[in-house]
Order: sequence, then structure tokens, then C-alpha cells
Amino acid sequence: MEIPNPNIHMWQGNVACAEGAIAAGCRFFAGYPITPSTEIAEVLSQKLPAIGGNFIQMEDEIAAIGAVIGASLGGVKALTATSGPGFSLKQENIGFAVMAEVPCVIVNVQRGGPSTGLPTHSAQGDVMQARWGTHGDHPIIVLSPSSVRETYDMTIRAFNLAEKYRIPVVLLSDETVAHLTEKITIPDPASIEIIDRKKPYVSPEKYLPYQIDETDIPAMANFGEGFRYHVTGLAHDETGFPTNNPEKIKAQLERLNRKIQRNRNDIVEVETFETEDMEVLVIAFGATARSARRAVINARESGVKAGLLRMKTIWPFPDEEIEKIYKSVKKIVVPEMNLGQIAHEVEWATRREKPVVRVNKINGEPITPNEIYESIISQG
Amino acid sequence: MDYLQYLRKDKMPHIWCDGCGHGIVLKSILRVIDKLGWDKNNIAMISGIGCSSRTPGYVDFNTLHTTHGRGLTFATGLKIARPDLHVIVVSGDGDATAIGGNHFIHAARRNIDISVIIYNNYIYGMTGGQVSPTTPGGKKASTTPYGNPDTPFDISRLAQAAGAAYVARSTAFHVGKMDRYIEQAFTKTGFSVVEVLTPCPTSYGRRNKEGRGVDMLMYQKQNSIGIEQAKGKTAEELKGKYITGVFVDKEQADYRQRYDEVIKKASKLNK
Ligand SMILES: Cc1ncc(C[n+]2csc(CCOP(=O)(O)OP(=O)(O)O)c2C)c(N)n1
Ligand code: SF4
Repeated sequence: MEIPNPNIHMWQGNVACAEGAIAAGCRFFAGYPITPSTEIAEVLSQKLPAIGGNFIQMEDEIAAIGAVIGASLGGVKALTATSGPGFSLKQENIGFAVMAEVPCVIVNVQRGGPSTGLPTHSAQGDVMQARWGTHGDHPIIVLSPSSVRETYDMTIRAFNLAEKYRIPVVLLSDETVAHLTEKITIPDPASIEIIDRKKPYVSPEKYLPYQIDETDIPAMANFGEGFRYHVTGLAHDETGFPTNNPEKIKAQLERLNRKIQRNRNDIVEVETFETEDMEVLVIAFGATARSARRAVINARESGVKAGLLRMKTIWPFPDEEIEKIYKSVKKIVVPEMNLGQIAHEVEWATRREKPVVRVNKINGEPITPNEIYESIISQG
Repeated sequence: MDYLQYLRKDKMPHIWCDGCGHGIVLKSILRVIDKLGWDKNNIAMISGIGCSSRTPGYVDFNTLHTTHGRGLTFATGLKIARPDLHVIVVSGDGDATAIGGNHFIHAARRNIDISVIIYNNYIYGMTGGQVSPTTPGGKKASTTPYGNPDTPFDISRLAQAAGAAYVARSTAFHVGKMDRYIEQAFTKTGFSVVEVLTPCPTSYGRRNKEGRGVDMLMYQKQNSIGIEQAKGKTAEELKGKYITGVFVDKEQADYRQRYDEVIKKASKLNK
């Protein structure tokens, strides 16, 4: 008899997210139920206590992200998961995590909006909210998976980036990928790279929680480790205490943004498919990238040289990656389940040198390969 | 005792106005911590936003100044992640019962082992004196220039109804009682609430012609009545009186004990 491989699973996207979180070392989840993200909470309510972790259903999404930040300050990797309406509620505290530089991961399984919208249908309308949902100039990292396996890997990556750069990371999934079930083989747990926050190596008296050094990423002491420092959402200086000094405020806010900008090559990931000799470039992400890939194959079969750039990282925006490959194409096709949030960025990144053809859908239905194919091959 | 050992001296002077009651509450908290002999490294003090919520910035503990009304949510995550820490939340009446009201009742319902000290000055001090959920009916605030048309919350009764393990109310004048209540709260396993009525001469007293901070404290002295003496008195007789005392003091399993049971069950089932 064959011994079953323990790493082969039939998983739904949301299950892969929960499992990926555990593999990444997440031991705290706080959430509030909302379709189509709820399975993540349900799986973790079962799995986390079984490995000595903690799951808590909070009174709302604001409380959930608050608890996640609190747990992370206590040194425990923490996750929350939600969808549109709940993502809106979390924004103020996401800004707190950005400002106070507390690592955490927020999953937003996109559904149709605005408002209560289409709870059980797919959408990609939160691209800009994920970037700019909280007030003020701020950096953010947003990743978007296209498959179940990638949801697993990307959840781990989200934790690693959060820890490495001390920033909230948004995993921007969508109803289609989250509720898709696929057979996947996950990597051997021992082979998974896990990154933990940089610890201070100085004595508590010398510790500066927001020190500006050559890395731009200050070391992080957890509460209760003897460092007794102050954490606030107010503008603060290197010591962590509020300041009104314009020079100090400027220095900190510039570092905050710089720590992501200068590391964008480490953060931004794209996948290219058939782009070497392409005449038509398709740029897509999430569930839509699956249809886009099929459309590219079909277009090639009918003689049109199409290629695909699939964005795995959405923010920081992969402008340099697009820059490298768009010059020789005749046009760019951008399919997305919104009214052109990424297309607009693509126009900026390519200085409108090429026609950007939008394929948009906001009725809750996924974009089909054929709809993208039509735009690739049309001469108009 | 030496208060300075608990204060961040370089953060002085504090932002509080002359005659503000918030500093009286802070001293009481520090006296209790000193008496209990807690290690500063094991104390986390968390707040939301407001004059009262500036307290953590002045004390030499692990301190966290969060978003308006949400201190308890951060505290919940921290306490679960680090059950060994003494987690204290300081909050204003607006912070705890307006924007943070939902978190307050749910933290009480869960009976999580956190102590909340609420500085109740019946007003939004920090933002210049807008009406709060505890502003008495008829009183003036910058947003109730004709007098407050609403009825106020009774914070202690609210905490009691929501399931807190310990609830007490003192005035800032009655420091002896306040010390005792805060000590009982800090040593209680479970959710404990001490509501301290505190004067805000700047944003409340002046507008309602209640005088300076000292006058407001003297008013508290003259108009407080213990919970036992208040029993049997009519609503008419209790009008304008501050009822102080211990409202709840009970033993019940806290969140940690109950979730540890969950962990036990889950570990067995998933072996
Ligand atoms: C989301 C949000 N809304 C409003 C404010 C503005 N704000 C700051 S403090 C405060 C009221 C504070 O009153 P209270 O909690 O009673 O504390 P006090 O200042 O009286 O001690 C308000 C409304 C804010 N900081 N954040
Ligand atoms: S405004 Fe009121 S609550 Fe705020 S510091 Fe002044 S007296 Fe105290």
C-alpha cells in the first residue's frame, strides 16, 4: 500500500490561508465573522488552541485589529481576516500599526462593494483602499494570490515581510480564490523560511525604539522584556515619545516611507508568462490573472503574440517590472473586477505611451478568458 | 513613598491644567503599585485618546497610547499574548463609554483579567468640552449650549450589568477610598473597573459655574454618599449626589482560565 503524502491536500483558498498562517508562526487570531473570509476564522478557532495558540472572536473588526496589534506588541505573530465592510472599519488602527511600526497581517477577501454590496460574489474593488484606506501619507505592503497554493505561500510571506519591515501587510485575496478548492502539495515545514523581527542588542537604557540607522528599520523590543518604552500613534521621535519638533517629525516620517521604498525590490514580486516576443501585454492579478493566462494562450493559438505580467505584489506598485517589458508592445490590456484601479496605475507607469485597454466587471461575476481574449485580439 | 521612581521625569511638566483631577488619580495608581511591589517591567499601561489617556506617557512601564476608545482592544490582545503582565487601562468617560463603549461592555462580559481606571469628568476635556455620555442632564457643554438634553450613563452600573468581576466608584477627593478600590481592582483576577469622578475645571467647571478645581473637589466631598447609606433613599433625595463604594466584588473564572480549558480540549481532540 502507498503511504499517503502528508503534504498533499485538497484545500480551499481560505483554508490554505489559515494553514499558511500557522506555518508562518502565527499564534494569535482575532476577527469578526464576514463572508467570504469566515472560513479563515473557523479553521483557526479549531487549530490555534490545539497548538497552544489563541483565537478570539471580538465584538467588531476595529476591536479585532486592535487586539492583533496588542498581541504583536507582546511578541506573538498575529492575524486578522475580513472583507470589504470590515476592512473599512479597520483602517484607523491599520494606520496605528503603520505609525507605531507593529508587524501584523490583515487578510481582506474582496467581495462586491460599495457598502454591503455583494457578500457572496467576487470583486477586486479594494485595490486603492488597501493602498490609501487609512489617513495620511504612509507606506503599506499588499500581496495578492491567484491560487490556493499561492495563498498558502503568500500568507507566510506576508508574515515574513511584516516582521522584517515592521509594517502591517495586507493579503488582498478575492472571493474566487478564497472559495476555490484545489489539490496542492505544500512544502515540507522544515524547508519554509521564517523571518522574525529584529531584536534590540543594546541595554534597555540605550534602547531607542525608533532609532534612525543605516537600515531604517529599528529593532523591536516586545512588551515585558525589560525595555519599558512608549508606543503611540502620535508623531514621535526616536525615543517613541510624542514630539512637535518639525525636524524630528520629518526625519521619522521620511524613514517610515523610506524603509519600504528602498526595499521595494525585495518586496515586489511579479510573474511573467510569454512576455519575450509579445505584442500585447496583459497585466492582471488575483483570480483575474487565471483567466488572463488562459486568454494569452488562446490568443497565441490564434496567432496574436500576447504575454502576461501577473502582479503578486500590488503595493508597492510593480512599475519598474512593467517598465522593463512594455516598450515593444502595441497595447496593454488590464482586466480587473473593478472600474480600472490598476489600469490607472499602469497608465502612470507607462506614461500613457501605449493604449491601455480596460476590461472591467463589477457585477459579481469573474472576468472570463474570452472577455480578455476579445480585447487582446481586437484591432480597435 | 518616592513617586519619582515610577515617573518619566524628563516628560514633565505634564499637559494637565491647574486643578485637573487626573494627576490625583495617577498618584493613587502609583501608590497602589508601590504597595503591591510590582516590578515595573511586568506592568503594561494602555490608553486610548484624551487628557486622561495621556497618563501612560508619564509612567515608567511598558506603555501604549492607542486610538480613541480602543485601548481595551489592544489590551485584550496583549493580555492574551502575555498573561504574565499586569495590564492596566486608563480611560476617560468619552473614551470608555462613547466611542469605546462596545469594547468596554465586551471586555467586562469576557471577564478578561484587565483593570480599567476610568477618569470620569463628565466631559470631553481634550477637545475643549463637548458633551459626553456621562454629562448630567441639563449641564452645559460646548456642544450643548442650551443644556444637555440627554440622560447620562452610570458607568459603574453599566460595568456591573456587563459582567465585570470588580466595580467600584470613588471621587478624586476621597483618596483613601480610591487607593483601596484601585488596590482591590489590581489584585482581582478578572475584569475590574474603578470609576473615579474627577474635576475638569477648564472644560466643564467653568462653563457650568462650578468654580476652580478645589471648589469642585469640595463639592465632591460634600455631596458624596456611600452605596450603603444610599440604599432606601428616594431618587429625589439622591439627586445631585455621587454614590460611591464597591458595586461588585465576585469570584468567577476569568477569560484565561476558560480559554485554557479550550486549549486542553483542543489538544486532546487534535492529537
Ligand atoms: C476617532 C477619533 N474621533 C475623535 C477624536 C477626537 N478626540 C480626542 S480626545 C476626545 C474626547 C476625550 O474625552 P474623554 O475620553 O472623556 O477624556 P478626557 O479628555 O476628558 O480626559 C475626542 C473626541 C479622536 N482623537 N479620534
Ligand atoms: S481640559 Fe480638563 S481634563 Fe483636560 S487637562 Fe484640563 S482640566 Fe484636565
